[in-house]
Order: sequence, then C-alpha cells, then structure tokens
Amino acid sequence: MAKKESSFVNMVLTLFVVTAIAALTLGGVYTVTKEPIAIAKLLKIEKAISEVLPEFDNISEYKILPEGGSDSLTFFKATKNGEEVGTAIKTYTDRGFSGRVWIMVGLNPEGVINNTAVLEHKETPGLGDKMDKTKSDWSNQFNGKNPTEFKLKVTKNGGDVDAITAATISSRAFCDAVQRAYDEFKKQESRIKSQEPRVKNQESRVKNQEARTKK
Amino acid sequence: MNQLQNFTKGFIKDNPVFVLLLGLCPTLGVTTTAINGLGMGLATTFVLVMSNLVVSLIKNLIPDKVRIPSFIVIIASFVTIVELTMQAYTPALFEALGLFIPLIVVNCIVLGRAEAFASKNNIISSVIDGLGMGLGFAFALFLLGAVREILGSGAILSMKFIQGDGVLVFILPPGAFIALGYLIAIMNRLKKTT
Repeated sequence: MAKKESSFVNMVLTLFVVTAIAALTLGGVYTVTKEPIAIAKLLKIEKAISEVLPEFDNISEYKILPEGGSDSLTFFKATKNGEEVGTAIKTYTDRGFSGRVWIMVGLNPEGVINNTAVLEHKETPGLGDKMDKTKSDWSNQFNGKNPTEFKLKVTKNGGDVDAITAATISSRAFCDAVQRAYDEFKKQESRIKSQEPRVKNQESRVKNQEARTKK
Repeated sequence: MNQLQNFTKGFIKDNPVFVLLLGLCPTLGVTTTAINGLGMGLATTFVLVMSNLVVSLIKNLIPDKVRIPSFIVIIASFVTIVELTMQAYTPALFEALGLFIPLIVVNCIVLGRAEAFASKNNIISSVIDGLGMGLGFAFALFLLGAVREILGSGAILSMKFIQGDGVLVFILPPGAFIALGYLIAIMNRLKKTT
C-alpha cells in the first residue's frame, strides 16, 4: 500500500479520524472504569476510618468549610450502640513539599488523637513519604496525645513533634493538617454545647407558657 | 537482523537508558526503590508494545506531515487507558506509581520507537521491538532502583538490612545522576570486553 500524500484534505481527515477514535475509546474506558474507581476511593476512605477509630457500628457524615481554608473537611462521627466513640476527620494541608496532603485523623470524644492515616500525598519518595504508616512508624508519635498539651509543631519551631529526618517541611505539613482538624473539632464541640442551653431555654419557655395558660 | 536480535538489542546493545539515554525523566524520578522502577518499566513496556502495534498497523494511512501528532495522540490514549485501568483495578499499585504514569506520554523512548522503528517495519517486528525495548527499559530502571534503594535506604525490595537511614543523597535527585553515571560506566566497560 502506498503512503498517503500529505495534502491538506488528507492531513485534516487523518487527524480528525485519529482524534475521534482516541476520544471514543477513552470515553468508553472512562465509563467502564468510573464505578470501580469510585468504589476503590470509597473503600480507601472506609479503611482509613476504621484504622483511625476504635470499633464502631454506625457513622454519620457531614462536611465543614473551615475558616480561611480552600476546601471542606469531612467529619465522620462514629457511634457504637448509640454512644459516641470518636470522630474521624478527613483533613488536608497545602503546606506539603509538593502539593496538597490529605490525612484522616481520628479523635476520641475528648479530642485526644486516637490514630492517623495518610490518604493522599505527593511528598518525596524515601523522605517525606515516611509520614505514611506503610513506610515508617513516624506518625505513631501522635497517637494518644491531646493537642491542648501536645504542641503540634516540630521541635525546631518549639513544638513537641520530632520531625522526619531530612523532611521537616513534610512533618510541618502533617502537623498543620492535624491542627486544622483539631481546631475545627473544638469549634464544632463548642457550637454543639452552645446550642444545648438554647434548646433547654425553649423547653422552659414552653413550660412557662403552659403554666401561664393553666393560670 | 533476526527476531531474536531484534528482541535482545533493547537490553545491552541499544538499551534505552544506558546507551540511548532516552526517557531520563521517569528514570531519575521513579527509581527510588527497585519495585517502583520495575512497575514503571512494565507500564512503559505495555504502552510501548501497544503504540508500536498500532503505529505499524496504520503507518501507511498517516500522511508524513501529521505523523508525529497522530503518534502522540495514540500514545497518550494508551497511557490514559493504563492510568484509568490501574486506578480502577489495582489501586495499591496506582498509589505507588500514580504520579509517574502520565509521564509515560512524554517519555521520548515511546515516541522514538514509534518514529524510528514502528513506522518503517511490519507488525511482528514492531511488537517484538516494543517488547524488547520496554523490558530493557524496565531492567535498567530496576537495576538503578535497586542500587539507589540499597545505598539510600539500606533495603532491598522494601526489606531493610541496616538500622536507620542510608546515604540520603541517593534517594534525592542528585543521587540518581551519580548512580546512573556509574552504571553507564560499568555497562560501557562490560561492552568493551565482550
């Protein structure tokens, strides 16, 4: 078969056909893999939640946009037999060495860190990626610490966290993400507490009204 | 040149990394561990074989002046297919290599083989060329990854054999250049004696 001539019509036609076929194939592959990808992502989050929290049987999920943050945090409140066992918070930081880092932080009802898991990161392999539990046990130092006493900063900045060797920026980023989760957790807690008395007031107002009508 | 020579040339004589010095971006980027290098090499092999196959199939239908854009579209499509499939069915592997998969598109070894070999040869030779070159690339990446892992983290295939950290520089980009330089020197010495 002779080689096609490089005429204008030929070139346009060839490029059109090549790109059309490529687009169709990719569209097909995307549709086929869309669901498995979504499932894989969901499984990963579920796995992370069960890693960072004690045993639970029910989870309620809600999202919160933190002040000054560019993306929302996801709270997963876990209960067992109706009793709160802890909250897993999907948090992030933009202070990573190369882009955003997503971390799942598990806090027990008092705000003590139960466990952490790295969901997604682009840190340097061999250095910053030691924040991942599969690479090193560095992040275990956060477990069982209460951020009110345990300063979430690396020792170089006057905090209590031992940084990863040669990866201070990644360690700082990790602390930043945990701190963000903790701050929002505390804010939520105080909001819930401030709401409770209001409910009580309403109840007493209703009681007062009832008493008045009885009179 | 018979098919066996065609296949084996990718390992020593025309090794993409040690001799042609092509595709250095993923070579230096991913080879912090042996297993990462191997994974990247195998993913590239798949893309290389598929793109060589398609390019040699349609080589007569593509006018000369638009062959490069057409090849790039074909290669990019295969890379995206690999990326989506890995993400869907092997999430663990995707996590380790995810960053580097899109880099296969800009790996000049893939375009280089499409242009220099597949667009001039028949389907069977092209597929064998892709397989040989791809596996040669994987072999080189595995070797470089192993050297860097042993020196940099004191481990091989994620199994640690020393306490603490290794020579940190080998994990960092400069270490990749140093290790690659010595490997090329050794390869050249070996080739001279045979």
